[in-house]
Amino acid sequence: MGYLSNIVFVLLLAFGIGYFIRNVKRLIRNIRLGQDVDVSDNVALRWKNMAKIALGQTKMVVRPVAGILHIIVYLGFIIINIEVLEIIIDGIFGTHRILGFLGGFYDFLIASFEILALLVIVAVVAFWMRRNIIRLQRFVKPEMKGWPKTDGNVILYIELVLMVLFLTMNAADYQLQQIGVDDYSRAGTFPVSQFILPVFDGMTAESLIFIERAAWWLHIAGILFFLNYLYYSKHLHILLAFPNTYYGKLSPKGQFKNLDSVTQEVKLMLDPSADPFSEPVDDTGDPGKFGASDVADLNWIQLMNAYTCTECGRCTDECPANKTGKKLSPRKIMMDTRDRLEEVGKNVEKNKGQFVPDGKQLLDDYITREELWACTTCNACVQACPVSIDPLSIIMDMRQYLVMEQSAAPSDLNNMMGNLENNGAPWPFNQMDRLNWAKEG
Amino acid sequence: MKAQELRVPTMAELFSKGEKPEVLFWVGCAGSFDDRAKKITKAFVQILNKAQISFAVLGTEESCTGDPAKRAGNEFLYQMQAITNIEVLNGYEVQKIVTTCPHCFNTLKNEYPGLGGTYEVVHHTQFLKQLLQEGKMTLEGGKFNGKRITFHDPCYLGRANGIYEAPRDLIRKLDAELVEMKSCKQKGLCCGAGGAQMFKEAEKGDKDVNIERTEQALETAPEIIAAGCPFCNTMMTDGIKHKEKEGSIAVMDIAELIASAEDL
Repeated sequence: MGYLSNIVFVLLLAFGIGYFIRNVKRLIRNIRLGQDVDVSDNVALRWKNMAKIALGQTKMVVRPVAGILHIIVYLGFIIINIEVLEIIIDGIFGTHRILGFLGGFYDFLIASFEILALLVIVAVVAFWMRRNIIRLQRFVKPEMKGWPKTDGNVILYIELVLMVLFLTMNAADYQLQQIGVDDYSRAGTFPVSQFILPVFDGMTAESLIFIERAAWWLHIAGILFFLNYLYYSKHLHILLAFPNTYYGKLSPKGQFKNLDSVTQEVKLMLDPSADPFSEPVDDTGDPGKFGASDVADLNWIQLMNAYTCTECGRCTDECPANKTGKKLSPRKIMMDTRDRLEEVGKNVEKNKGQFVPDGKQLLDDYITREELWACTTCNACVQACPVSIDPLSIIMDMRQYLVMEQSAAPSDLNNMMGNLENNGAPWPFNQMDRLNWAKEG
Repeated sequence: MKAQELRVPTMAELFSKGEKPEVLFWVGCAGSFDDRAKKITKAFVQILNKAQISFAVLGTEESCTGDPAKRAGNEFLYQMQAITNIEVLNGYEVQKIVTTCPHCFNTLKNEYPGLGGTYEVVHHTQFLKQLLQEGKMTLEGGKFNGKRITFHDPCYLGRANGIYEAPRDLIRKLDAELVEMKSCKQKGLCCGAGGAQMFKEAEKGDKDVNIERTEQALETAPEIIAAGCPFCNTMMTDGIKHKEKEGSIAVMDIAELIASAEDL
């Protein structure tokens, strides 16, 4: 035997981390397919937002039940993962509970991990019930059929299994410590797993060692599997919530960006001294495409938004259009953007870094016009998102494409815009009558 | 209401006399042309007149801010409107603007600076609250004493710009009983008019947004639904009519509440 288990462990670790790095590279490549946008401003405020919203979970607790359950799982995972550090050292060097020398502090750590693990199990069961028994409305909307539904449950199963393995490992270890088996010197206190001990009554040391080792290996293998599952799952938010809140919108929610390329054109048009027949002075600037019909027209933050979305559906739950039975669901906008981006990413990968048109786009093939035109731009979705995703900006960019590139506004809106162009008001009233109200009785 | 008593100077008139008002009242398209919204405009002017505020309107020189075009996706038309308006505003060296429309407010305040038009822009509820604080206006509850009033947050005032308290403070000053809907402030439900929806048929669904919102308002058993936006006002008024409650529940702008309390 000798070093076999150490070697297997190092290989497992290298494979797990290696594949994860590969996925992170894919993720970054896909996000970079988006347009550039300058977000180098307000560094201090951005860090503050990240600390408050992602680290501090301030927007999660707007809904207290889900918020508190989520904080348990979030804290549980961060804190229990300190244990992974020990597992990695033990795995590489063939030691056992290497940090046990910390004595009282180690006991305290293990005890708190155990209590958190139990709380995580409780929270995960509650989450599962909300999805599958209580069937909260936002978890059973049309876009939550198929993979999104499975994904949501798979995440909960993995978390549950990891916690059970952790506690089983501890329980078997504790039993072995009590029997006084070599290599299992006293380390840690086990306030939760001690209650599993009766299950092990009458078992031989060999069986216990087998259980302890099996739980230990499955636990670390499970963590590495979970790490690699992220890229294929809505669960990616555990990583992306941090950059996403850092790069979140800082200006007032009502402020939509002005298109600079349009400004130049408009200023030229309104300049009385401009000669309409002269050669353009500066013909280098192609105004480019107006708005967005596919993912590469969006900016990289919007694309990162799509990967960050964990499909909680708070946005859709608050959306006035969705509440009243329209097709629009801000969550679906984000899910569609991610799905299309994945498709484009695979296309780029297959064609050696170059996107080869596939006859599809985000508009129509994923997001319908009916969805886009149902938006009231009320910002309820933006306000509701616990991780600063902005579905409204994607809707607006796509509307811009429809109107400015395709002249495909609903006819009512064309009438409104016609009035605006002719009379300076959305209704057919004469501008010269604008002050009539002051003289009316 | 005796409209002939309204004093509504225009920027052009004042300019020709070499004068400049302290504040420009941006009336907006609804406030200028919509019959219901014109009443809000007049109520606000009555308050300004009584408080002897130095103000003026652009009158026939005012044009749509471009908000509905921008939200409909027509950036070009929006910027045509915006840049034209900015030329007029800058020509008169306007520094401060007050408006009764949250859509105009949002566009003027947030989107015009990037195009060369930077002004101090306030919503009329903020302006009125300041008049009260500065003692330029007094308010006595009298008429509204103990009345149940619920306030509908306009999206472009509330979530879009974080202004929730100014209108509520004014309602409290009327000694009215302010009752909140289950979705209010940050979680306020849209009336259904924003994003250029005012000018089009709604997409297919189970219900109109304004009916949903009206139902939320009715849950508070209000005597008055207060609004701070001419479009919300229209949507809520339609909702109340749909529910056949127009006999018992009034939809009123904050400016109308105050003008009415003052017997203007």
